[in-house]
Amino acid sequence: MSAEAPLGMARSKKKQTRDEQPRRPSGRRAPIIELSDVTKVYPGGHMALDRVNLAIGRGEFVFLVGPTGCGKSTLIKMLIRELATTEGAVKIAGRDIGALPEKKIPQLRRNIGTVFQDFKLLPDRTVYDNVAYALQVIGASRHEIREQVPQTLRLVGLSTKLNSYPDQLSGGEQQRVSIARAFVNHPPLLLADEPSGNLDPVTSIGIMQLLYRINKAGTTVLVVTHDREMVDSMQRRVVELYEGRVVRDEVSGGYTEESTTEFGLRMRAEMGVGTAGEGQTNGHDQGSLL
Amino acid sequence: MSRLIFFLQEAVRALRRNAAPSLAAVVTTVVTVILLGVLIPIFQTTQAKSDEVRSELNVHFALFDDATPAEIHSLEKRIVAIPHVASVTFVSKKEALATLRSQLKDKSIVEELHTNPLPASLEVKADDPANLPKISATVIPTGANGKPQPISPIIDNEFNPQQDSSKIEQVTGALKIVLTVMTALLIAASLMLVGNTIRLSIYTRRREVEVMRLVGATRWFIRWPFMIEGVVVGFVGGLVAILILWLGKITVVDPLSDSFSFLAAQNNSTLSFPALVAILFAAAVLVSTIGSGITLRRFLKV
Repeated sequence: MSAEAPLGMARSKKKQTRDEQPRRPSGRRAPIIELSDVTKVYPGGHMALDRVNLAIGRGEFVFLVGPTGCGKSTLIKMLIRELATTEGAVKIAGRDIGALPEKKIPQLRRNIGTVFQDFKLLPDRTVYDNVAYALQVIGASRHEIREQVPQTLRLVGLSTKLNSYPDQLSGGEQQRVSIARAFVNHPPLLLADEPSGNLDPVTSIGIMQLLYRINKAGTTVLVVTHDREMVDSMQRRVVELYEGRVVRDEVSGGYTEESTTEFGLRMRAEMGVGTAGEGQTNGHDQGSLL
Repeated sequence: MSRLIFFLQEAVRALRRNAAPSLAAVVTTVVTVILLGVLIPIFQTTQAKSDEVRSELNVHFALFDDATPAEIHSLEKRIVAIPHVASVTFVSKKEALATLRSQLKDKSIVEELHTNPLPASLEVKADDPANLPKISATVIPTGANGKPQPISPIIDNEFNPQQDSSKIEQVTGALKIVLTVMTALLIAASLMLVGNTIRLSIYTRRREVEVMRLVGATRWFIRWPFMIEGVVVGFVGGLVAILILWLGKITVVDPLSDSFSFLAAQNNSTLSFPALVAILFAAAVLVSTIGSGITLRRFLKV
């Protein structure tokens, strides 16, 4: 008992110092994403982003919409520093990532989960191994992997498919695996680039429902899409890009406190895919309804 | 520890998926190491033989028959003092005749001689055979009248019993160049094939690399499996080659070395077999490591 006391004290001290750091009261903390006058000009002169200003607070669920070529993907690539800005600053959790040394980039990416339209799953590995891979390559312990992977797969509703290979899964299931992989180390920020681009409306709702659930658990979610119907029915904050500029940024009210089930039901109702797809989508969600 | 296991697993997985090019790289490494394993002893034996011949190269200064032992002794001292002279040996008329007799096949020529026509001489060896001309020039400088002016009146002339020394040097020199070029080419080929294997592996595993980057794997974490893959190629190639060389040694070289002095010369003048094995193995692993390292630098942008 006495041996544990100093440890406990050290811990509480650590917490205190972290709390003492200057920050705004909750709700108005440093935004998790902050773009100020971000401009990106590709070699050849094409201007992908033109003085974009954008702030996304912690815990928000934001849609980024716009036609093809409007700079959505460029923006996502900048957030994980796959691309550098031509001008302006990208701040993640208050830190200018443009000033981040090369060595620190992996650390940044560990704190940002990414989901893509094409899933990017490894075809010769099982569902379990695909998700475990994300933890293995950041040097997680075996214990952590054994604990986190099944838990995350349960969250995305795939606990019965641990040993399936990606090509044995439906598109929606594959996207769930990729979301599980992005979320397995619980990053504070999740970026989804057209997560439902390859999926039918029913499956898309399932995926959105899953992202919504992840968001409700405290993770900031930024979804890039051009599925206008989906965006309108979800009634979350929408940022619209057009030719490299922000042309719309509005927060829709209401619905903020609905449960995931309510959310799913409303989505289906609004998109007119009600009962027909329910059985299938519920199949994905086995035991994972909040 | 679990990382090491992960790296090894990934490397083996990649090798299995890339079986054909990996095999090609292994086979090239085997061939290179075998040739190196054969060339190194040949190189060394040639070098040893050449050194042996060179060490026997000398220049003789013939002495007049009327030279007294005291005169000879003082001349000997003067020659030893010349730079680059390694040794001075007096060869008497009798010894010269005995040497000639031992060298001739037809002994009757010597038997028919009534007097000994051979002069006594001083045999001079240099620290390096290349310095022999310099020494003779010092002992018998060219006088003002253009005629040779020996430093001592007892010196008659110089003669060189082994005039073919330059030829031997040419041959060993050419052999060295050929062997070096061959070895260099083979090493380059292995480097490139290992590099090519790794390049293919990078290509087939671009998905993995992409995912690793996205989830925040560090640079070296991504590189290690590829490095290990290259090292495994070198390791396996080296191992197989050494096994073949060892079999060759016990079945071919060892039985023959009893009857051929050239092969036997290896035993005392060249590397011992274990040392050779160690060098070859190190070379195989080193070459494959460098091969994968270069390829990773060029093609794996992480």
